[in-house]
Amino acid sequence: MKAQDYQISKEKFVFHSTGENLHDKKLDTKPVSYFRDALNRFAKNKASILAAIIIGLLVLFAIFGPIISPFTVSYEDANYAYVLPRNKMFYNLGIHFWDGGQEKEVNKATFDLYKGIEQETGRTVIMTEPKLHEEEYMGKMSTLYTFRLDTYNAVGVKYELLTTEEYLALQQYQDEHNVQIIFPITEPKLRPEAEQDRANANIWYQTKLGGGRKTAIVYDKDGNFIPIYQPNDGKDMYTSKMYWEGDEKLYNYAEAKSGGRWNVRVDYREYYIYKHAIANDGITEPNFILGTNNAGKDLFTCLASGARFSFILSVVVASVNLFVGAIYGSIEGYYGGKTDIVMERIVEILSSVPFVIVITLLRYHFNVDHVVILFIAFFLTGWTGMAGRTRMQFYRFKNQEYVLVARTLGAKDSRIMFKHIFPNAIGTLITSSVLVIPGVIFSETSLSYLGIINLNTGDMTSVGTLLATGQNYLFTYPHMILFPAVFISLLMLSFNLFGNGLRDAFNPSLRGTEE
Amino acid sequence: MYMFKYICKRIGLMIMTFTIIFVTCFVLIKLLPVDYSVGFGEDTAKIENMLKSRGYDKPIPEQFILYMRRIFLDGDFGIGFRMPEYRGQPVWSVFIEKLPPTILINIYSSLLAVPVGIALGIFAALKKNKWQDHLISTAVMVVISVPSFVYATLLLYIVCFKMSALPLNIASFADVIKAYPEKNLVYIPGTFNWSLYFNSKMFLSMLPAVFSMAFGSIAGYARFTRAELTEVLTSEFMLLARTKGLTKSQATVRHALRNSMVPIFPSIIGEFISVLSGSLVIENIFSIPGVGGLYLAAINAKDYDFFMMLSGFYLLVSLVASLVIDLSYGVIDPRIRMGAK
Repeated sequence: MKAQDYQISKEKFVFHSTGENLHDKKLDTKPVSYFRDALNRFAKNKASILAAIIIGLLVLFAIFGPIISPFTVSYEDANYAYVLPRNKMFYNLGIHFWDGGQEKEVNKATFDLYKGIEQETGRTVIMTEPKLHEEEYMGKMSTLYTFRLDTYNAVGVKYELLTTEEYLALQQYQDEHNVQIIFPITEPKLRPEAEQDRANANIWYQTKLGGGRKTAIVYDKDGNFIPIYQPNDGKDMYTSKMYWEGDEKLYNYAEAKSGGRWNVRVDYREYYIYKHAIANDGITEPNFILGTNNAGKDLFTCLASGARFSFILSVVVASVNLFVGAIYGSIEGYYGGKTDIVMERIVEILSSVPFVIVITLLRYHFNVDHVVILFIAFFLTGWTGMAGRTRMQFYRFKNQEYVLVARTLGAKDSRIMFKHIFPNAIGTLITSSVLVIPGVIFSETSLSYLGIINLNTGDMTSVGTLLATGQNYLFTYPHMILFPAVFISLLMLSFNLFGNGLRDAFNPSLRGTEE
Repeated sequence: MYMFKYICKRIGLMIMTFTIIFVTCFVLIKLLPVDYSVGFGEDTAKIENMLKSRGYDKPIPEQFILYMRRIFLDGDFGIGFRMPEYRGQPVWSVFIEKLPPTILINIYSSLLAVPVGIALGIFAALKKNKWQDHLISTAVMVVISVPSFVYATLLLYIVCFKMSALPLNIASFADVIKAYPEKNLVYIPGTFNWSLYFNSKMFLSMLPAVFSMAFGSIAGYARFTRAELTEVLTSEFMLLARTKGLTKSQATVRHALRNSMVPIFPSIIGEFISVLSGSLVIENIFSIPGVGGLYLAAINAKDYDFFMMLSGFYLLVSLVASLVIDLSYGVIDPRIRMGAK
């Protein structure tokens, strides 16, 4: 037969049913897309919704935390180290919770030190009425004072070494704001003899060297402190109108040091406000909502920045893993045979290498920032799981009839792979990418916690580093480890719940089997 | 015969994986300049000679042969040359000395975790969708999600510090010897004395670490058992068993439990192989003088011989554990034809 016999002229083609009603039943319900369906199923899972909300809040915290906080990660002030969390609302209401107070049990000497600070600065240091009780200590009965200490006001007075210009500028500020920052200097000869108290500016009263080379306070007849302020000799360039106790210049306000500098006793809270006002860095007063750590860094800012880094790292790693793993797994699964065996062997070896070894070898060989090392290590071995999952999906679908149809119709390999088979795997891959995120954050936190990688470089920190620092002060300042621990626990818990919800939503048939 | 061939193949592949990773690791380590430290007032020539006599200046392939020969002929894995406390000491003997605390804590924790976890899982499965099940499932979810260092710290703070119910630190040999003067205990370095480890003082001081380690495993076993058992309980042969006239408890114990143990049992075997490796985090928190602490110290001090040996050790343990888990499926349940096409 000739080919022409099959040729049908164009005119013979007529549309079948134009203008007529099709007597087919209309669909009663709207068609639901795969993603719509998954979303509906997800919405029914209350725990997952809650988890998603918590994750959202934590992400908001990570994004906006460092922005709204006046502090930076590189900020540190050793004078305000170890201060406890303070929420100004609770503090102003006088509620003894989250107000920067710490329950203390101290002996009389320490208690009097706090009382001295309170008396001189005029700010409350002892927040509650002290309870006294006797206790035997090293064979001697001693009185112990139990009370709540204001860790901010307990900082009290500090020595600051200022140049003449700084000293005069500070005096000018005093006059303008009508606030006494510079306190009278103490007589150097009368300062405490004991080594550990030599530089303690808060001792403005007479002391003597007690037993065990400890400082003992000397009281007058009525049990009051005896001030040791240096009398005025007119050499200290103090011209401010602000005078200690009245309007006469009774005392010296600075001590001349070598190099034309002045040793000044400043009320640290006011001086802090002044310092940051002239630096104009947005810090208005010492108030740390989550407290500070041993170096005096603001924990809120550090935690938010650490969280931000964790999120960025994990999302980048998850996306790269998804991309590389999907391509690798597609090739493996689609071609099968020898290609599969070789590629699968590579995956097996890569995934068997303990992560610690990868990190350590990279650390030894590349003298770069540990952040870079962390990224490289995750990129090197992280994608193997994703590749395995994609491969499984390809094995499931590549022999189905519709793939055969596509091939018969002349579709190329790449088209079959990514247009026909791959969409089937998307649900699984999305859920496992989401579950990769907590895994990455967990590894990063553990590694920095163990000190295998050090992410604590100036303007950066990580949750793991905060945890490791907090661990050292667990028994004395538990707030340091509390907040990072709560953060990481909440994050892990919500991500697991969220991931499970997503998995159930995308693959209802898998429910409960892959737990 | 089929099974035998399969096992041989898997073992062969495992050895291949191990060799590739280990050799790569060795080459990467040997590419680095040898770094050593000496104590104050010590002679550098001494340690340099020691390194030279071990051939640390020879080409890498030759060094590898020397290294292998020393391992297989003398059991010599090298010497420490960075960490002050182990400088010049054979890696193997230090490792052996660090092994007992790690293994003991892991064994205690496994002995606690396996029965408790499985019991909780069974209980939850039998009470499915009742409040007991919800309680257990929620607790399991929390414990699995929360990192171990968080609840280890919590335990340390509340039980050991606030309540003083358990010791804060693991007992040292000196503590043990002091606690039992009547036993005339002596500690000779490099030897293993059972009575130093098996006494109530040592045991009590290990408990915080044991509990922290066990929590995660308990949760894991509970979840696994619950999932398996609920599936088996709804299968048809259970209905048949009940139809035959078995009571619910009879059917559960004889049919459901035995079948649900098929996937659980291999993981128990895996757990007992992994007792060797332990947890870096838990050892770090409770400052246990174990292998984990040694590994961390070696990594940070760049003590390469220690690093090589311990990396190989961890790698081998994890590979063997996963291999045994895989193989035991087929051994326990012959219906699972391993590697079948």
